[in-house]
Amino acid sequence: MLSKLFNFNGGIPLPQHKEASTSLAIEPAAIPNRLVLPLSQHIGTPAEAIVEIGQYVLKGEKIAKADGYVSAPVHAPTSGIVEDIGDYPLPHPSGMLAQCIVIKPDGKDQWIELASHSSDYKQLNPSELRNIIRACGIVGLGGAGFPTSIKHNPGPDRTIDCLILNGAECEPYITCDDMLMRDKAKEIICGLLITKHALQAKQCIIAIEDNKPLAIKSMQQAVEEFGNNKISVAVIPTIYPAGSEKQLIFTITGKEVPENGLPLHIGIVCQNVGTTAAVYRAINHGEPLISRYVTIAGDVKQPRNLDVLFGTSVNDLVNQCGGSTGDVRRLIIGGPMMGFAMQQITIPVIKTTNCVLIDAGQSKELQKQKYTMPCIRCGSCADVCPIKLLPQQLYWFSKAQELDRIQDFNIFDCIECGCCDYVCPSQIPLVQYYRFAKSEIWKRERDQQKSDNARERHEFHQFRLEREKAEKAEKLRQKKAALKAKELQKELKKGQTENNENETKENPAKSTAILDAIARVKAKKEKQHITAKNTDELTVSQERMIKEIDERRAEQRNAIPNSIDSTDSDNVDKTKK
Amino acid sequence: MSLYAPSSPHFHNDNSVTKIMLKVLYALVPGILVYVFIFGFGVAINILLAIVTALSCEAIMLVLRKRPIAPFLMDGSAVITGVLLALSIPSIAPWWIIVLGTAFAIIIAKHLYGGLGYNPFNPAMIGYAMLLISFPQQMTVWPQSYASNFLGPVDSFKLIFSDNTPEQLAADAISGATPLDYLKNQLGLSRDVADIMANSDTFGLLASSGFEWISIAFLIGGLWLIKQKIIHWHIPAAMIGSLTLIALVFYIIDSGQYASPVFHLFSGATVLGAFFIATDPVSAATTAKGKIIYGTCIGLLIYIIRTWGGYPDAIAFAVLIMNMVAPTIDYYTKPKTYGH
Repeated sequence: MLSKLFNFNGGIPLPQHKEASTSLAIEPAAIPNRLVLPLSQHIGTPAEAIVEIGQYVLKGEKIAKADGYVSAPVHAPTSGIVEDIGDYPLPHPSGMLAQCIVIKPDGKDQWIELASHSSDYKQLNPSELRNIIRACGIVGLGGAGFPTSIKHNPGPDRTIDCLILNGAECEPYITCDDMLMRDKAKEIICGLLITKHALQAKQCIIAIEDNKPLAIKSMQQAVEEFGNNKISVAVIPTIYPAGSEKQLIFTITGKEVPENGLPLHIGIVCQNVGTTAAVYRAINHGEPLISRYVTIAGDVKQPRNLDVLFGTSVNDLVNQCGGSTGDVRRLIIGGPMMGFAMQQITIPVIKTTNCVLIDAGQSKELQKQKYTMPCIRCGSCADVCPIKLLPQQLYWFSKAQELDRIQDFNIFDCIECGCCDYVCPSQIPLVQYYRFAKSEIWKRERDQQKSDNARERHEFHQFRLEREKAEKAEKLRQKKAALKAKELQKELKKGQTENNENETKENPAKSTAILDAIARVKAKKEKQHITAKNTDELTVSQERMIKEIDERRAEQRNAIPNSIDSTDSDNVDKTKK
Repeated sequence: MSLYAPSSPHFHNDNSVTKIMLKVLYALVPGILVYVFIFGFGVAINILLAIVTALSCEAIMLVLRKRPIAPFLMDGSAVITGVLLALSIPSIAPWWIIVLGTAFAIIIAKHLYGGLGYNPFNPAMIGYAMLLISFPQQMTVWPQSYASNFLGPVDSFKLIFSDNTPEQLAADAISGATPLDYLKNQLGLSRDVADIMANSDTFGLLASSGFEWISIAFLIGGLWLIKQKIIHWHIPAAMIGSLTLIALVFYIIDSGQYASPVFHLFSGATVLGAFFIATDPVSAATTAKGKIIYGTCIGLLIYIIRTWGGYPDAIAFAVLIMNMVAPTIDYYTKPKTYGH
């Protein structure tokens, strides 16, 4: 069915380092004596705690509810007592603290009675499926953590031609998806069929890099067993970042996701294999998402994969792998290319934690060279860029803080995959420069927004004062006119002939007074509108800058509704209830 | 305890500027060996002088500019500038030619513009242009190829450090004009190309005697660099392609007045220029399309200057002119970004 694959621009065949962690079979990690569960384990609003300190909870019990549409609930990974609800360090590079529910397991690991579930997903309509998936707290397990129920809701007007199951796992060291595909191919295929039904997708393609022969075999067998000819396995070349959504879509379909667009705009949805397996557990067994496969790799005595309950400390996992082989210099959550280095080793595993990578100074590629040399414009970075950007130009502009020029070179299309950085012979931390430039641009736009708002407020204030003044003057004039009219009426009684003349004069006089006042107010308003703006004496570049910012905003405004607004609001209400 | 938490990626290959520059040097070796075999040891002495001068000037400038010395001296870029300049000048030019040229290249053309990575012009070619304009006599007297008395290390050393004037050297039949130069002069005397080439031993089998084999050796080195992914194919291919094409057009129009494309390719510094000089990443265009435009224009300029300009060879001026427009070329040849 899949006739041909496409090669995206650039990419690098990276050293894989995947064998070490695939030698041992998956085992559940030991239940620790404390689980720290952040309320924000996904993209979107943090969940809201619905338990109290001291409360006894069962395994799978909901302990925090979704707050808003883009949110996900949190469930207790095991039975125990809620020990604390408070701020603990998150697995975030800044080392920030945020609200977590701390559970002290009782060791019984006793399940809650699971909600009714159906062994035949076809009896449920897409909306019902989404509600179960949402209630089970399922988010994208590939790394981003976007609530899956939203992804399963492309909106009534969109048809999904192709559902791509992402089993590429292109980052070095990480093997959790590989192990999952080897162990649970059938569950993944079941989940895939459910997802296909929920999306009403026409066909499904399972993409796996060719460095995972066992996973490929296992998945192919499962596909054959199900005998569904709308599902096929695509073996794609091992080249980083093949598993990145945009590159994967291009590899499979030859289509590019439009700028500021989503895959579903071109009729495609991508989903990680882990997420798909979780969807199966939720629909067929009613189980919420409480654990995941995690790779523990790098400088540990026995690299391996474990089935880990959320909230388990990374330190516990490292100890279960025999500890590190030296003093831990760095802890990376995720892969070495796009993962985040953490400040503490005691942070918990959350829904998006796919890999714990320990650097104790023994892995050669993880060490940076001593010196950063100047850019020699060799162009290696542009050769490997999977987005076809010009990384070295972006670097020069970031360095010079030329924030307008850098947007001409599409910095916001950068996916921060790190390819340019990896190959740079001068060892320049390129991605760091791009992050800096992006955040500077965001900051500038926020400042601009603030000053725009302030200016608008000021203008409106001035306008209101003028309007009030004009209204007062008008009232005064009307009173005077009324007085005059009375006087005239008095005079009228004196003489009939005079009265006739006066009446004809009064009305035009009154109306011209009103017109004059309106014109004055208008003129003043216009004048203020001009003078109050600080955009009068702008240079050409500043004008261009503002124009570009406005355009970009407009684009973003156009883009956002597609991602969020195109979802049916009934569904939200239902789930909220 | 807080761990070291830098920004991603945390992974890096072991490439470095030094490794790139070393590979460029390796690729020059075959050409240098053939050069020595054909023209004697002069070029080797010039290369040594150039390297010593380049490193000394680099070190002095790094001290003055308060930059770390070791990593920049080790990066190999100064050595390459020196070697390329030494390969461009006549190999029996007096010692102060290469010393002055290299010092000018490193101090003025490289460091005063900000050092490695910041020079808008190819430093070696700036050095060459300065020398050619300031010392035209010394810069146009080349040793004879396959000289009957081969210039060994001692003879070469004596020549380079002697105070022989170019006239004396020419009188001693040690040196003469390059084939490009000779052809140009003779065409001015209204002889035709075939006649000139048949009646002078400055011309060899393909093109210029001696230079043709050196060019082939540089070609091998250059192709190896492309295979090693140190340089891209775009600039050499475009430059050689456009030079061949324009030479072919004029050769077809009037083969009596215009030399053949083969002659242009294997004379002077065409091949060295295409693979080692025009490809200097710092001063060249960097986008794929941009490189093709850049290379094509260099090829055309070389032909134009050689044929109608005031200088017999034109690599330096063609490259320097295109260095000036490289940033503009880059700006207008941005690749189409994914999804746009």
